Amino acid sequence: MTEIQNFKTRKFDFASFFFSGLTGFSTLLILAILAVILGNIIINGWPNLTWHFVSTIPKKDFFDPATTGVLPMIIGTTIRVFMMTIFVLPIGVITAIYLTEYAPSGSWLTRIIRAAVNNLAGVPSIVFGLFGLGFFINFIGRNMDQLMHNPGPVWGQPAVLWASLTLAVMTMPVVIVATEESLKAIPMGLREASLAIGATKLETIIRIVLPQALPGIMTGGILAVSRAAGEVAPILFTGVAYYMASLPGKLSDQFMDLGYHVFVLSTQSPDIEKTRPILYATVLVLLLLTFALNFVAVLIRARVRKKLRALG
Amino acid sequence: MPQQQHQGKLTSGWMGIHRGHKARPLEWLAEKFIFLVSLSTILMVFLIFVFVAREALPIFLGKENSALIKPVIPPADIDKLKSEELRAYLNLTEKQFQKMDRETKVDLMLVKQEAQSEIPERLLNDPDAKLNTTEWGAMLKPRQWASYNKPEYIWQPIGQIHKYNIIPLFVGSLKITIIGLLFAVPLAVGAAIYISQLARPRVREVVKPVIEMLSGIPSVVVGFFALLIMATVMQKVFGYETRLNAFVAGVALSFSVIPLVFSIAEDALTSVPRSYTQGALALGASRWQTAWQIVLPAATPGVFAAVVLGFGRAIGETMIVLMVCSASVMSWSIFDSARSITTTIAAEMAEAVAGGHHYRILFMLGAILFAVTFVSNMLGELVIHRLKHKMEGKR
Repeated sequence: MTEIQNFKTRKFDFASFFFSGLTGFSTLLILAILAVILGNIIINGWPNLTWHFVSTIPKKDFFDPATTGVLPMIIGTTIRVFMMTIFVLPIGVITAIYLTEYAPSGSWLTRIIRAAVNNLAGVPSIVFGLFGLGFFINFIGRNMDQLMHNPGPVWGQPAVLWASLTLAVMTMPVVIVATEESLKAIPMGLREASLAIGATKLETIIRIVLPQALPGIMTGGILAVSRAAGEVAPILFTGVAYYMASLPGKLSDQFMDLGYHVFVLSTQSPDIEKTRPILYATVLVLLLLTFALNFVAVLIRARVRKKLRALG
Repeated sequence: MPQQQHQGKLTSGWMGIHRGHKARPLEWLAEKFIFLVSLSTILMVFLIFVFVAREALPIFLGKENSALIKPVIPPADIDKLKSEELRAYLNLTEKQFQKMDRETKVDLMLVKQEAQSEIPERLLNDPDAKLNTTEWGAMLKPRQWASYNKPEYIWQPIGQIHKYNIIPLFVGSLKITIIGLLFAVPLAVGAAIYISQLARPRVREVVKPVIEMLSGIPSVVVGFFALLIMATVMQKVFGYETRLNAFVAGVALSFSVIPLVFSIAEDALTSVPRSYTQGALALGASRWQTAWQIVLPAATPGVFAAVVLGFGRAIGETMIVLMVCSASVMSWSIFDSARSITTTIAAEMAEAVAGGHHYRILFMLGAILFAVTFVSNMLGELVIHRLKHKMEGKR
C-alpha cells in the first residue's frame, strides 16, 4: 500500500510542471484571442443589427448609419458563392473519386495530382485574383467579345461569372480533401459485397459509395462556401464593385460584396466614429454567414473522422 | 489502400470491350472522363503560372521601357524604318500592326512626338527621366534620385518618373511575415503539444475544433479588428509613434497562421506511434518529459513542415496587411509602417493602366510570390510525406 502511494506521489518535477503549464497557457491564449475577437464583434454588433439594416438597399453614400443597409452585399456574396459551388462541386468530387477509387497509389501521375491539389491550397489568394484577371477576363473574356463581335467589352471586364470561377479554382482543394476523407471512411466490405454480386466498379461507386459519402461531400461544399464567403482578395480585380445602384441581373454584371464592404467601411470612411456601428453590424452579418456554415461543417467532419478512426 | 484491393469487374480494354465480359462502352467512357477531370488540378496550377507570368513577360525579358524621355522618330521618316522596327517603336502587337493603315501609323508617330514635346523643361536634363526604371538594375539596386542626397530604395509608381524598386516591398513582406511567425509558431506548437500529448481526451475533443474555428474567421474581419481595436490598444501598451505599423500587422497576421500551424503540428505529433509514448512512460518519464524528449523529436519534420507552410500562408496574406499598414518605407524597424508584396498588388492594380509597365510589374510581383509559395509548399509537403512514410513503417 505504501509503495503504491510512494509511486503516485513521486518527486515533484518543477520543469515538467512549468513547461506543461506553458503549453496549456498557449492553448488558453489562443482560445482567449478567439473569444475576444468574437465577443467584441458580437457585443458591439448585435444592438446595431436591425431588420432595416439587412433589408435595405443603400443610396450612393453608404456611410450614413441612418439610411444604409447591406441587402445588395448579402445578395452579391450569396450569388457568387452559390455559383462557385455549382462549378467546384462536380469537379472536386470527381477528382476525389479518381484519387480514392481509381488512382494507382504509387504512380507518378497520382503523386503529381496530389502535389497539384496541395499546391493549389497554398497559392496566395491575391495570386488567384491576378490569375482571374489574366486568364478569365483578359484571355477568355476578350476572346469571347471578339467572337461575338461585341462593340464594347461585355465579357472582357470584371463580372460575377469570373469572380465565381476564380473562387471555384481556389476552393477546389477544400472539396477534394473533404470528399476524399469521407470516401476513405467507407468500409471496403461494402464495395466488395457490391462487386461480388456482379455490379461493375462504376455502378458500385454511383449506387453504393457516393450515397454513403454524401455527408462528407456536403462538408466539403460547406467548407468551400464558408472559405469563399469571407475571401476578398481574389474578387478585387475580377468582379467586385465599390457601389452599384441595382442588383446584379446578368452573369456579366459586377456585384457588391460583404467582405469588400467591410474593407471599404473600415478604410475609406470619412468619419470612422460615425460609421463604427454599421461597420460592426456588417462584420457580424459576415461572421454569422461564414461561421454558421463553418460550425456545421466542423460537426459533420468530427463525426466522419470518428467513423474513420473506428474503422482504422 | 482501397485501390489495390478490389479488382472485381473492371471495365477495361478499349471501349470496355474485354474478353469474357459484356462490352460497356458507356462505363469505359465515364471512367476515362473521371480520369480527365482529375487532371484539371494539374491544369489549373499550370494555367495560373502561365497566365500570371504571361502578363509579366515583357518585364522578365526586359522589353518594357518606362523612360520618360525616349528617342523620337519624326513621322516623315516612316518609310525609312523596317516594319519590324516601326512596330516596336509604336509598341503594337503583330495583329494590331497589320490591321492599321499607313495614316493611323503616322498619326500615332505624331502623338508620340507631341507627348515628348510636352515633357516639362526641368525634366529634360534630368538623368532620371532617361532611365528605364523597369530594368533589373533599377528594380533591385538603390539609386540616388534627383533631389535625394544618397542612393535609396524607392517604390513610387505614381508621378512623372515611375520608381519601381521592389526591395522595400520584399523587406516589408519579410518583416511582417517574420513577426507573424514569431508569434504564431510558439503559440501554435505549444498548443499542439498540449492538445495531442497532455490534455485529457474530453478537453481535446472540445478544444481542437474550437481552435480550428479560428481559421474560419475571414481575413477582412481580422484586419478590421486589428485596425480598430488592436492598433489602439497596442499603441497604449507599447507607446510607439506610428499607430499602424508592421508590428500590429504581424501580430494580426499570426491569428490567421496559428490554426494552420496548429493543425499540421498536431497531426504530426498525433501520428507518432503510441508505443513510443508507452515505452517512455513505462520507464518512468513524466508526461512532459515524454512529450518533449520522445514525441517532439520524432515529429520534428512535421513541425518543421508546419512552419514552412505557415510561412507560405503568411507571406501570401493580403487583406490583413492591406488594412493595417500600407506606406512603402524602406526600414527594418518593426515599429515603422511597411508595404508587403500582396498589399502592393491589391492596392495598386485598380489604378494601373492595363498593359502598362506598372500593371506588368504588379503581375511580375504576383509571379514571384507564386514561385515563393510554390517552393515552400513543395518543401512542406515533401517533409510531411517522408515523415508519414517513416512513421507508418515503424508502426
